[in-house]
Amino acid sequence: MSHDQFEVLSNQAVAACAFVYFLVFLSHLAAWVTRPREVAAATPAAVSTGTAGGVAVADPPAQDTVGGGSDRADLWKRIAVSLTVVAAVIHLLALVTRGLAADPVRVPWSNMYEFTLTATWVVVALFLVTYKRFKLAWLAPVLSVFVLVVLMVDVLFLYEPVVPLRDALQSPWLVIHVLAAITATGAFTMGGICSALYLVKDRSQTKHGTARGWLASIPSLDALDRLAYRWHAFSFPVWTFAALIAGPIWAEYAWGRYWGWDPKEVWAFITWVVYAGYLHARATAGWKGRRAAIVALVGLATLWFNFVGINFFFGAGSQHSYAAELIVRSVGG
Amino acid sequence: MTDVTERVDRQAEPLPPDLGPVALARWAWRQLTSMRTALILLFLLALAAVPGSVVPQEGVDPQRVARWKTDHASLTPIYEKLGLFDVYASPWFAAIYVLLTISLVGCILPRTKVYWRAARAQPPSAPRRLERLPEHRVFEVPDDEGTFLERARRVVGKDFGYRVRGDDAAGVVSAERGYMREAGNLIFHLAILVVLVGFAWGALLGFKGGVIVVTGDGFSNSVSQYDDFDPGALFSAGSLKPFTVDVKKFDVRFITKGRGAGSAQKFVADLGVRSSPTAAETDTRIRVNKPLNVDGTKVFLIGHGYAPHITVRDGEGNVVTPKSTVFLPESADFRSFGVVKAADALPEQIGLEGEFYPTYAFTQATGPFSAYPDAKNPAISMLAYEGDLGLDSGDPQSVYSLDKKGLKPIRDADGKPLRIDLPMGATKQLPDGLGSVTFDGLSRFVRLQVSSTPGTGVALGGTILALIGLCGSLFIRPRRVWLRTRREGDRTIVTLAGLDRSSGGDLAGALDRLQRELDPAAATAGTSGEREEST
Ligand code: HEM
Repeated sequence: MSHDQFEVLSNQAVAACAFVYFLVFLSHLAAWVTRPREVAAATPAAVSTGTAGGVAVADPPAQDTVGGGSDRADLWKRIAVSLTVVAAVIHLLALVTRGLAADPVRVPWSNMYEFTLTATWVVVALFLVTYKRFKLAWLAPVLSVFVLVVLMVDVLFLYEPVVPLRDALQSPWLVIHVLAAITATGAFTMGGICSALYLVKDRSQTKHGTARGWLASIPSLDALDRLAYRWHAFSFPVWTFAALIAGPIWAEYAWGRYWGWDPKEVWAFITWVVYAGYLHARATAGWKGRRAAIVALVGLATLWFNFVGINFFFGAGSQHSYAAELIVRSVGG
Repeated sequence: MTDVTERVDRQAEPLPPDLGPVALARWAWRQLTSMRTALILLFLLALAAVPGSVVPQEGVDPQRVARWKTDHASLTPIYEKLGLFDVYASPWFAAIYVLLTISLVGCILPRTKVYWRAARAQPPSAPRRLERLPEHRVFEVPDDEGTFLERARRVVGKDFGYRVRGDDAAGVVSAERGYMREAGNLIFHLAILVVLVGFAWGALLGFKGGVIVVTGDGFSNSVSQYDDFDPGALFSAGSLKPFTVDVKKFDVRFITKGRGAGSAQKFVADLGVRSSPTAAETDTRIRVNKPLNVDGTKVFLIGHGYAPHITVRDGEGNVVTPKSTVFLPESADFRSFGVVKAADALPEQIGLEGEFYPTYAFTQATGPFSAYPDAKNPAISMLAYEGDLGLDSGDPQSVYSLDKKGLKPIRDADGKPLRIDLPMGATKQLPDGLGSVTFDGLSRFVRLQVSSTPGTGVALGGTILALIGLCGSLFIRPRRVWLRTRREGDRTIVTLAGLDRSSGGDLAGALDRLQRELDPAAATAGTSGEREEST
């Protein structure tokens, strides 16, 4: 196949996987609609007992506890998970063909469109990998909507045709640095989703006394908090490696300085400091729970701003700007 | 992350009434080294870093700073006062990280002391009633108490890696593991100090210089040779290594077709390097991402452009210009801007100012432009001036701009400013016997960045150490387990309980695994989740 054909294939795969993510969401909707009523009523109590002891994450009760009356809902859920796997495979195909579309062939992460495409895939992959262990069935509907929306934004606003990689980007450190950054971004995003759900549920509980509706079917505040922490605890070292080790090493080779306070570097540093603040916040009395969750979301905002916002707002001011030809800028400027 | 902790996580305390100076100092110290203060300082640090990404920075892009200053004349003095053009060297930024560093030291020291003691202490003895702990198991074993306890000590200590208390009461096993967690945390925070030292070392003693070299020329590593030079505060010129670099050849390949057409790839510069003026020359190549390293000073290829050979002959026929003139690229198509100063020209000094196009093209709508970045059809288009170039005034002048105070445009026969449009190889006569301008040939130049950053290894080592400590701190789970046996008739009943000292761990799973080793019934049943909650 020619490079051009690969590009077309990649674009089609993106459209196809977005469609399947939409089907995933519909299946979850069907599962919710067909869920047995008495389970919904029993849920709050089940959730609150689930937190006793050092159990990592309280079991979402709607799943395992009441198998009997929820055949149809169960079936829909199983369909949804299978469809998620299908979507992830097509999504991966979109990534691989995107890399093959470039001449010479390269890793598919040299601009925002490709970075977003990869990061969303990482989110889905992390979800699938930890699905069983963290019992994440309850998270699936949120996740499918989230991925769908981000993919849509990516295609509509960030799309760029395939171009070859610039010299400065042709380094094994690119692969290492960006891979780590994307992984951390994906995992921070998972943590952020949990923290956001914590805040939503927390609000609803203080307002109504107990969580209602769908919120009642997700894990308890304690469990959400701990789950969020686990994601962040995983992401933070990965981010440390990506932004403070691999990035500087690459910058040292490419630009002759390992740290230059370039806007992109500044924001990577800010993200790192805010997440360090998150970890501290959870260890500081009075900051657990809600305030820590807010800090986590601030961290996520700085992270996303760094990789979307910086390129838009500071484009020419950053050596990392994907758009401008580095070598010209540094001569002219 | 610390649910049950005996760490010295000092909390800020309210100011007690009527303090003496010593007590006040102690109170202030406690405030500064409290976890809450660390948290606030961290947020301040993040916040303080923001302006440096919004306002152009001297250390990042001096040209942009200059442009910004001319565009915002009224804001500039205020920004300058606030140090906003050099945020990361400003006193207020320094204040935050110095406070944070003090807080960090004040935090590490006492915790290291506590840890030193705790790390060598025995695991605490079992609580009276293990059934009260939220996570516990009760099961029956066939062995008698003595045999079982001996086996349990071995399993918990050897197989599961717990430290087992030596002087337990009869019928009890107390054990603890995960001592390295706090060590990891201390290492992480200490390593941050190491990184700071390495970073400061490079920032104070290092330098960064930029130099443009036309192929065929060279430069030597001394301050006067650099076009721009940015030394650290404690840098001394004597520390520059006395090497010289000749740029023999520079190759760049432009993509001619397909998507990336017009973008450049594979920049390679062939250099001849002498580590001292008397040393033998060695040939090397540098490219993007592959710098040259001379005794710790690195030479990077960071840019390139064109240096047309523009020859000015004056009224007396003498050549009064150097062989080539560097033109700075202005866009990705390498339309480049430059000036030629013929100071020795007679009867009048001559100045040229204008553009170079590697692939000259012209339309009525756009005027002249460069259609392609490679030199396919090179041409220049310049305006000519005569008069005083202002070089004798003593004020430093950029070689890339013309000081037009003492100059007037040379005019053509129609009285219009004379435009010198020349393809390569052509000559244009200047009116009134002023001389001529020839565009003879073309060289490329490279822009090299030379830098020395001592302490890089320290900073890198520090970050790696920090990462290792961090992983220890985040993923090692301090955990205590206790076992108590009791005889009921001829049965041995075991109560197994555990307590996690950090959250996020799978305590239940750990107890299940332990039970499977100790309790043959559980092992054969093979059920991990089976727990007996009541006795
Ligand atoms: C340079 C600034 C600092 C950074 C980047 C930083 C970063 C971190 C990080 C990422 C953690 C999480 C590790 C873990 O969860 O075990 C942590 C934990 C901790 N930090 Fe810091 N820290 C800084 C300064 C301080 C200071 C000044 C103090 C003392 C007041 C401090 C006290 C602690 C404590 C006690 C923990 C352990 C919390 C726990 O494990 O429960 N840190 N720090």
